[in-house]
Amino acid sequence: MSQRPSVFRQTIITPIVLIVALLIMAGLSYQFGSRAFNRTAVEMFINIMVVVGLYVFVGNSGLLSFGHISFMCLGAYMTAWLTIPPVMKSITLKGLPAWLLHTQLPMWVATPISGLFAALFALLIGRVIMRLSGIAASIATFGLLGVVNNVYSNWDSVTGGQGSIVGIPPTMTVWIGWIGAAVAIAIAYLYSISRSGLALRATRDESVAASASGIDIVRERLIAFVVSAFIIGLAGALYAHFLSIVNPGAFYLRTTFVTLSMLVVGGMYSLSGAVSGVVAMSVLIELFRNLEKGVSLGGHTVALPNGAQEIAIGIITIVILIYLPTGLTRNQEFAWRGWLLRQRLAQPVQTALKESN
Amino acid sequence: MRELLQIIFDALSLGSLYALGALGIALIFGVMRLVNFAHGDFIAFCVFAMLWPSINAAAIVFAGQLPFYLLIPLLLVIGAGLSILSEIVVFRRFRNANPATMMIASFALGFVIRHLLLMLYSSRPKSITLWPSLGLPVEFFGAHIPMLQVVTIIITLAVLAVLVLFLKRTRYGLEMRAAAENFTMARMLGVRANGVILLAFAISGMLAAAIGLILATNSGTADIGMGANVMLIAFIATVIGGLGSIPGAVAAGFLIGAASVVFQATLPHDARVFRDAFVYGAVIVVLLVRPQGLFAPKSAKQRV
Repeated sequence: MSQRPSVFRQTIITPIVLIVALLIMAGLSYQFGSRAFNRTAVEMFINIMVVVGLYVFVGNSGLLSFGHISFMCLGAYMTAWLTIPPVMKSITLKGLPAWLLHTQLPMWVATPISGLFAALFALLIGRVIMRLSGIAASIATFGLLGVVNNVYSNWDSVTGGQGSIVGIPPTMTVWIGWIGAAVAIAIAYLYSISRSGLALRATRDESVAASASGIDIVRERLIAFVVSAFIIGLAGALYAHFLSIVNPGAFYLRTTFVTLSMLVVGGMYSLSGAVSGVVAMSVLIELFRNLEKGVSLGGHTVALPNGAQEIAIGIITIVILIYLPTGLTRNQEFAWRGWLLRQRLAQPVQTALKESN
Repeated sequence: MRELLQIIFDALSLGSLYALGALGIALIFGVMRLVNFAHGDFIAFCVFAMLWPSINAAAIVFAGQLPFYLLIPLLLVIGAGLSILSEIVVFRRFRNANPATMMIASFALGFVIRHLLLMLYSSRPKSITLWPSLGLPVEFFGAHIPMLQVVTIIITLAVLAVLVLFLKRTRYGLEMRAAAENFTMARMLGVRANGVILLAFAISGMLAAAIGLILATNSGTADIGMGANVMLIAFIATVIGGLGSIPGAVAAGFLIGAASVVFQATLPHDARVFRDAFVYGAVIVVLLVRPQGLFAPKSAKQRV
């Protein structure tokens, strides 16, 4: 029996292709794009981080999560607490503990701490929620989103309540955005080829068979939950540095559904799908934004009415899902070879069991 | 005693709204495993259908001026029509899709409806006065209960009674219950899939219109986001009640309404702003204790 090439050698091309493609986009945007265009590019990179983080949990476990944006909220506020100058904090956020009130860290330190904070929170809450499966788990994560949003919107002395916290150093550039996206893709890739990632995908495709083979579903789900929370916490921190203000409304339903749509449009069971979903939707949004501003056609300026952007994007999402219900990438990864083999393997077997959940 | 009565009426009327919403979601989920996230936007659409499209701050009341015996049927027809249209145009193409894909499609549809309303009516909330006499309180064992609460509760009970009769006593009701329990089996036994699904969408749309009317009368404003909150709680209620169980959805709707009112009344003053956090926390606890829902039908048990 000949030695099969390792999983790593077989699949390493996917993250490399993705990261290089994003590098080219970042380079082009930096070189040729206007200031506004660069901001759009940074936003896209942050969205890639969020959606890749979602993929780590949703794609590998097959459970839909509505709660991951709460980790973005945790990360964003943590970085706000750590990086805003103490003078400002002592006026607006009186309720912070003294040690936090008097620290001011640079972004490079604060961002990983924010990610770890989100991951720690996920570890605590995940130990409880991950026991559930199917739609009950989705609703429980939704409950998590509700709790976090409610607490952060009303704990005035620590989070500033409904209003925004200002004064976070605006240090984001296209390059930092790219680094963030690359880190997220690398972590997601390493997780998905790890022992835990493989086991979790086995539970996704046939949970009964997987647990009969000795896989502890709750443990593997918890690991994925924590890893994805870390990535999304990082994304939240970078988002705070991008806008330089945070407010709880930014991390609620709209963001949850927009990021989930990006994941599903791209293909929720593949890393390439997560990235290409965000890129495709961002390109569409930018395109329609420009069309709304008006395009000159032979001397006339043709502009779409305001609001047409969202309507068109909603309709395009529906059309994509009608014709490609498994997403733009059909749940497959980018690779140079092995397409045929993948196509045969990638489809989980549809059994009677599937219908009931 | 008086306070207790007030709390009971608050709980019942809020619970009624949630129960009507949960019913609208559970009916569709039962027949096609679709969690309809556009339901909240259907509610808003029905409210805005009473106004003439304009982006001025002052609302031009259009259909809202009709006498109630014309207005109510008109709105019910609008709700049912929108719901049926969305089935025919969008959801019919997702019959065999993964539930996540359907969910995102319904969200995208809601997004389209919401922004269509924004485009036609602008984002400013508009005042709309329907039946101001319903806001007057009535005396009831010494407690002052707004007339509207009483009406809401009565309407909900009436709707529930009609639905129960429909589901238990008519052929279509029987077909719908069979489809909710096991859709494939029901089809094999001669239930027409498209008919049952269209009927479920029609009823769900009418329920959305009913919620829209109650909300608009209650708050006196028309706001684009007004349906979203009811939809979310209704969605949670369907899961807590046991997916696929229609009485469960109604019971859980009342339960969540009661829980929010009781938390509001009993939490210490400082913690009151965190009421929703307690409600969502309670939801998680209920799920941990009974992941299959409080009133799960026997068929929901997974067979291996």
